[in-house]
Amino acid sequence: MLISLFITCYNDTLFPNTGKAVVTLLERLGHQVEFRSAQTCCGQMHYNTGYQREALPIMLQFLKVFRGAEVICIPSASCVAMIRDHYPKMAAETCDPEIIAEVTGLLPRIFEFSELLIDKLGVTDVGAFFPHQVTLHTSCHSLRSLQVGEKPAILLKAVRGLNLVELGDSDQCCGFGGTFAVKNADVSSAMLSDKTRCILDTGAEICTAGDNSCLMHIGGGLSRQNTGVRCLHLAEILASTERGGGL
Amino acid sequence: MTVRVGEAAHAQDFPAAAKELLTNTQLRHNVRHATSVIRGKRARVVGEMADWEDLREAGHQIKDHTLRHLDVYLEQFEEACIRAGGKVHWARDADEANRIVIGIIQSHGQTEVIKVKTMTSDEVGMNPALEAAGITPYETDLADLIVQLGEDKPSHIVVPALHRNRMEIRQIFLDKMGLCELGDKPQDLTNAARHYLREKFLRVKVGISGANFAVAETGAVCVVESEGNGRMCLSLPEVLISLIGIEKVIPRFSDLEVFLQLLPRSATGERMNPYNSIWTGISAGDGPREFHVVLLDNGRTNVLADEESRETLDCIRCGACLNACPVYQQTGGHAYGSIYSGPIGAIVTPQLQSMQHSQTLPYASSLCGACYEVCPVKINIPEILIHLRGKVVQNGDAPLAEWLSMKAAAFALSSAGRLAAMQKLARFAQWPFEKDGNLHHLPGLLGGWTETRDLPSIPDESFRDWWAKREKARQT
Repeated sequence: MLISLFITCYNDTLFPNTGKAVVTLLERLGHQVEFRSAQTCCGQMHYNTGYQREALPIMLQFLKVFRGAEVICIPSASCVAMIRDHYPKMAAETCDPEIIAEVTGLLPRIFEFSELLIDKLGVTDVGAFFPHQVTLHTSCHSLRSLQVGEKPAILLKAVRGLNLVELGDSDQCCGFGGTFAVKNADVSSAMLSDKTRCILDTGAEICTAGDNSCLMHIGGGLSRQNTGVRCLHLAEILASTERGGGL
Repeated sequence: MTVRVGEAAHAQDFPAAAKELLTNTQLRHNVRHATSVIRGKRARVVGEMADWEDLREAGHQIKDHTLRHLDVYLEQFEEACIRAGGKVHWARDADEANRIVIGIIQSHGQTEVIKVKTMTSDEVGMNPALEAAGITPYETDLADLIVQLGEDKPSHIVVPALHRNRMEIRQIFLDKMGLCELGDKPQDLTNAARHYLREKFLRVKVGISGANFAVAETGAVCVVESEGNGRMCLSLPEVLISLIGIEKVIPRFSDLEVFLQLLPRSATGERMNPYNSIWTGISAGDGPREFHVVLLDNGRTNVLADEESRETLDCIRCGACLNACPVYQQTGGHAYGSIYSGPIGAIVTPQLQSMQHSQTLPYASSLCGACYEVCPVKINIPEILIHLRGKVVQNGDAPLAEWLSMKAAAFALSSAGRLAAMQKLARFAQWPFEKDGNLHHLPGLLGGWTETRDLPSIPDESFRDWWAKREKARQT
């Protein structure tokens, strides 16, 4: 299957290893990956912060870039949520029937990473090896907007050597919330301290999720506290084998 | 017309107020404990309802329908209430509501009132207005009494003294009730309150209430509560005045079937409220001799006019979104600077005040969606927060540094070439701050982040660079 990768702007800039892992894994599973180089961003940061006017051209750019792509893989639940929850409204506000039709046609073609593997490719055991104790952060967008449910856990449980430990208060937000983490830095840090406490309580070496945005936040706290616990995107764990990858 | 929401017009910005409250160890412990207990109780009693999602949808639909025909249902309510012997007044704003209420009390030559817990009276600032007119208000809801005696502010829609623990309440009662001895067991405290209030229930001639629901079909008014103190205020005084926000009307008596299931389970985690008072006008030989309804607008029609956020008025004030909110759990209600706190407060207060004096409230949320998930009438609070953020930006009220950054980012993200150039620029600009792959202390907007958290530095090679290199290697 030909899969088009929307890497997302912050993965592209800050977490290229996540993108490499997605490519490695999908190719290992026998699929072909394409990267349309004109892509930039989904517009989430602008839209959620109140800059909806600025988000519109970013959406139009997205639509143009992914025209004709049959299956679009997005290794970020919050970006998928942006597209599913807000693109239809943004399109409706343009009153342009072509844009509205394009967004309607786009939605069934976008897949969050764990959705792609389980729902579209029908695979739960991706042949990964990762001999570490891992806990899973269920990001708010994956939990409440996408409702991916058990999908990431199912994928992790099939990984050889991996010991998945349950995270307490797993439905609680880590305090990232995009610009919230900066505009309300104090409250955001207080929320993060609850989250890192729960993570440390699990005894896990690694905290994983389908969102590098949350992981950047959680990881920033774990690093500042010198906990030794690291964050790693789900794709990087699933791409690891006995021959390499991972830590 | 001047809309007033308590003292919200003079409140501190949310981030500044929150910063102060976060240092209050006792308050944070109390709020964390109380919200977690109520959350657990709610989850249990909601979990046992097989048709919970259908009930939520029904609640949402009834409210949506009512708001679309609010003019019709309000007039229907007025007519039915008058037919049943009630008197109906219309108040455009807080001052008008207070003038009407004070006028009624003074026309009976009274100088004291007993009050059932009512958020709406706090919204219009009724107690200070009554006091200025020489009328003494006595709060009779236990939590409101604690707040009143402690010269405090409510910190929760349903549990106004949630930020206080038993020891603190004991001290307030000792100081203000003229007691020499008092234990700190719940029974000791309720006994003290009972003793203090009973004499007022029997003496005071005017009662003031809000309403949970007003039924257009019959003119009935409904108040639900846990203590029975409300029932005392609703039945013992000679004159009863109910201050009711215009969004509280529901079409039919049978609609209560939906809301009296949704409300107690969401609010206090009870299957049913211990006291459900429903009365229609006046009844000969029973209850108050005179019944007044004051229907309050105070900015509600402005909210109604905005189709994108109209469902804010669906709110039945259960407070479930407060208990579920990870922000509220950290700060408690006072950070919101309004009597309406938590996620619902963050959308109600700015809208009632036409986006004045409350520009930071729509941003007091990480948009995690926990509020929407528990809302019994399915108000999409995150969506409305985003809508209100848009208004803040459009009104030119966003901080300049943020506005400039967003404009620059939008420009960079409008083409892949510009994004790649921006990545290179940022990679270069970060070198003074980088150490071991992390940025530890950044200036400006990101300084708040790096005060408590590291930020990963931008790697030498972006994904798009890696891909381009790989493609090139493949072709050769």
